[in-house]
Amino acid sequence: MSDPILSLRGVRTNIAQYHILQGVDLEVPRGAVTMLLGRNGVGKTTTLRTIIGHWRAHEGQVLFDGQDITRLPTPAIARLGIGFVPEDMGIFSDLSVEENMVLAAVSGPIDSTRLEWLFTVFPALETFWKKEAGTLSGGQKQMLTIARAMIEERRLYLIDEPTKGLAPAIISTMARALRELKDQGASILLVEQNFAVARALGDSANVMDDGRRVWSGRMQQLATDAALQERLMGLSVEAG
Amino acid sequence: MSAAPQHNPTMARMSLAERLAPHAPVLLIVGLMILGLIAIPSTSSWLTLTVSGLAMGMMIFIMASGLTLVFGLMDVINFGHGAFVSVGAFVGISLLLVLEQMTGAPALWLNLTAMMVAIVGAMAATGLMGWAFERVIVKPVYGHHLKQILVTMGGLIVVEQLIIVLWGPEEIFINRPEALKGAITFAGAALEKYRLVAVGIGIVVFLAMRWVLRRTKIGLIVRAGVENGEMVEALGYRLRLVFVGVFIAGSALAGLGGVLWGLYQEVITAQMGNHTMILIFIVVIIGGLGSVEGCFIGALLVGLMQNYVAFLEPKLALISNIGLMVAILMWRPMGMIPVVKAK
Repeated sequence: MSDPILSLRGVRTNIAQYHILQGVDLEVPRGAVTMLLGRNGVGKTTTLRTIIGHWRAHEGQVLFDGQDITRLPTPAIARLGIGFVPEDMGIFSDLSVEENMVLAAVSGPIDSTRLEWLFTVFPALETFWKKEAGTLSGGQKQMLTIARAMIEERRLYLIDEPTKGLAPAIISTMARALRELKDQGASILLVEQNFAVARALGDSANVMDDGRRVWSGRMQQLATDAALQERLMGLSVEAG
Repeated sequence: MSAAPQHNPTMARMSLAERLAPHAPVLLIVGLMILGLIAIPSTSSWLTLTVSGLAMGMMIFIMASGLTLVFGLMDVINFGHGAFVSVGAFVGISLLLVLEQMTGAPALWLNLTAMMVAIVGAMAATGLMGWAFERVIVKPVYGHHLKQILVTMGGLIVVEQLIIVLWGPEEIFINRPEALKGAITFAGAALEKYRLVAVGIGIVVFLAMRWVLRRTKIGLIVRAGVENGEMVEALGYRLRLVFVGVFIAGSALAGLGGVLWGLYQEVITAQMGNHTMILIFIVVIIGGLGSVEGCFIGALLVGLMQNYVAFLEPKLALISNIGLMVAILMWRPMGMIPVVKAK
């Protein structure tokens, strides 16, 4: 775990009077998928939002590639090469699929080779290219929001529950897309409630509880230890 | 693995009402015109009133368009927007008075050149003023609606008084440029030339705004920012800067509206901006906060309504627009074309 792309040191984030993050330590290694797991309401989304700068850490440090980004404004953080896929997807529903993608290509016109590749990963995008994004189905919206993050190569992807509320068939499309991203050597910090997806994609895992990280290790280890899962997340995942 | 059950959804053809619903706001304008045609006894009067209503609507649109984007983009309520209307009118009209030789000559191109100079001057002045207004008055009160209302109203009062200091307390009367005086006759109806020019300028401004919003990246950022500013920033765009740009452009447009409105009324006062604010707010609200299209349609409705009702039942003219607003909000509580999601 030497030279991580992102590390959080003792990060505390308050939202109004609530102390949501109570000293989070986290390391995201380069070129791997790091899972952020835990029950609902333990601070996973807040951790991602603190990294991108939507919430401000009151204490602690967020280091991206060695640079302190704790106090940087959100656009500056994003420009360092961090792609963010929020839980609510954050698509622009009045804009067409194309316009959503054009906007996501921050540094210039869309790279057509990369777009072709995205069309093979998410064929629906090509079909609905000119349609208003608001008219897409839930799964298509989620594909758009991930494709938006992938349209330019980012140094780190923050992805919040990409399979939430999706039909099983679409979950597998999504998992395949994330796998492709992973195979390209991307660094990903992924929040995921679907344990099967987490197990399939994750290299390392971090489990949060009550605003802190309570466990970290190999995803494989967590996936094979049912007692550990039960203790950390109250899960009872059937084997297989 | 057994096959999934056959799934053959049937789709009923959409009813006429369903297919028309997305176009309802535009149809409302047509509907209002038809109602006017039925209610107003002579066709030539109807035509005169319609052109007059459209001209008035275009001018209100030009004044209001900036306000709707400023609200949509940064959730800022600017009660001081009328200040730019007044300042635009005073700067523009002053320039026209200086260029009296050009406006007094019966040559159309000389007149239009003088108007161009007045408009550019007024827009430059109000754009600059918008920049200062944003820095000094609006910036410290982001996220606080009550403070925004109070401080921007205060700003409006200060600007009104400054106008009185600079130009004196008297209202200034102005003659329209020579070639734009009078009317042309079309199908038996007298159509004032100046109103036709105002309609033309309004259409150009609307199409230009639409082009910028739909065809340029900055326009995409603005439209996306109205819907979800947080996500626009997470993509790496500095929405604050874009907002300042929109504020300046909106102020300059209000200044343009002020020049046109001043020439339309043929008199300007320091309070004219404040007076137009009521119409501007009605238009922005019925259009749907943050929507340029909604603002355009709303402005045309208000202009037509005001002119028709003033002709048919002058006593009702004052309340007709409030009535229109109430009716539209009962039909669509977020305005005709809502774009700003509840925050």
